[in-house]
Amino acid sequence: MTSRLINWFKFSSPASFYPLARKISLVSTVIAVVLIAVGLYMSFFVAPTDYKQGEGYRIIFVHVPASWMSMFIYVVMAGWAALGLVFNTRLSAMMAQALAPTGAMFAFLSLWTGSFWGKPMWGTWWVWDARITSELILLFLYLGYMALRAAIDDPRRGDRASAILLLVGVVNVPIIYYSVKWWNTLHQGSTIRMNQESTMEETMLLTMLIMTLGFWAYSIAVAMARVRTVILERERSTTWVRELGGGEI
Amino acid sequence: MKARHKRFGIVIVGLAALGLATFLVLNALKGNLSYFFSPSEVVEGKAPANHLFRLGGLVEAGSLSREEGDLTVRFVVTDLAQRVTVAYSGILPDLFAEGQGVIAQGRMGPDKVFVAEEVLAKHDETYMPPEVAAALKESGKMGERHPGSKPL
Repeated sequence: MTSRLINWFKFSSPASFYPLARKISLVSTVIAVVLIAVGLYMSFFVAPTDYKQGEGYRIIFVHVPASWMSMFIYVVMAGWAALGLVFNTRLSAMMAQALAPTGAMFAFLSLWTGSFWGKPMWGTWWVWDARITSELILLFLYLGYMALRAAIDDPRRGDRASAILLLVGVVNVPIIYYSVKWWNTLHQGSTIRMNQESTMEETMLLTMLIMTLGFWAYSIAVAMARVRTVILERERSTTWVRELGGGEI
Repeated sequence: MKARHKRFGIVIVGLAALGLATFLVLNALKGNLSYFFSPSEVVEGKAPANHLFRLGGLVEAGSLSREEGDLTVRFVVTDLAQRVTVAYSGILPDLFAEGQGVIAQGRMGPDKVFVAEEVLAKHDETYMPPEVAAALKESGKMGERHPGSKPL
């Protein structure tokens, strides 16, 4: 195995992915702790006060990375769902399953911090504008996915049914992203845009990027730790899990 | 053709069909998904005449006035093309100021004054320290909205 380039299909087997997931999880945990610690310090003490919103704007350093992660994790899960449907690999569905609670947490965090930001700045906790409503639908999609797969006793059937739900829900992600552009919303437009300069001071921007990378690392760490328990649970009748015998777990 | 090629085809075709359907639905709903009407749309008569709607735009500089012995404030909301006068008695959000974005919910009065029941502040996507804002104001570049941003 070591003599050639990575053989991806080797890792599509839960048995060979199990030890790799542990390494990825450990490395990502360290990266996440460092980046989030630096990011939070910069959020509170280094980034300058905003000219209009004063100190209150600092919630952006959690709000925006959380919103990005909630959308990104959903797309990744939909990608795993498509892979699982096409190649019939068991691990794909397990990866989607392992990511779901983290995605749901970020969607909730995004709505929660948004609400706390909205009250002092806009003057309201909640409005039904296109951006906020579509993000709420994303949270419901995560919850619906988890509920659907938990409701089906046969795990392989649950995988397929929930994979289809994931793929259907993926249309919501571009709607969330472009909602502020397509319609009049109370939510402001995007600060960071793909094709032009962002409208944010550089230290603020750097802080937000560090927090985003920190959230990425956190998501990977948690998903890898979770996928290990999912593998053990679902492969418990196989010989390799029995042979582990509580040794390496 | 292997079974997995067929499944891949089904996934792709399914996603494409779903995307098209979503596009058509959103296209049909177009105007109805907007959170507010601009002053131009209100002047053109696109806003509902007899029931609640939201009006969004900038508070015109120098238009804010308070009535004697009353909590009512009056100000003009503009999109730099048309103007609508708004009357509101209630607490204004902290970010409310002349030149700022605002969204008011209420209905049109017979005297063409929009009577608001709720006023929310809308801020833009620009973040910078006060010193930079002061410098921009001095050089006269402050009012320039970003080319990519929509008119309020």
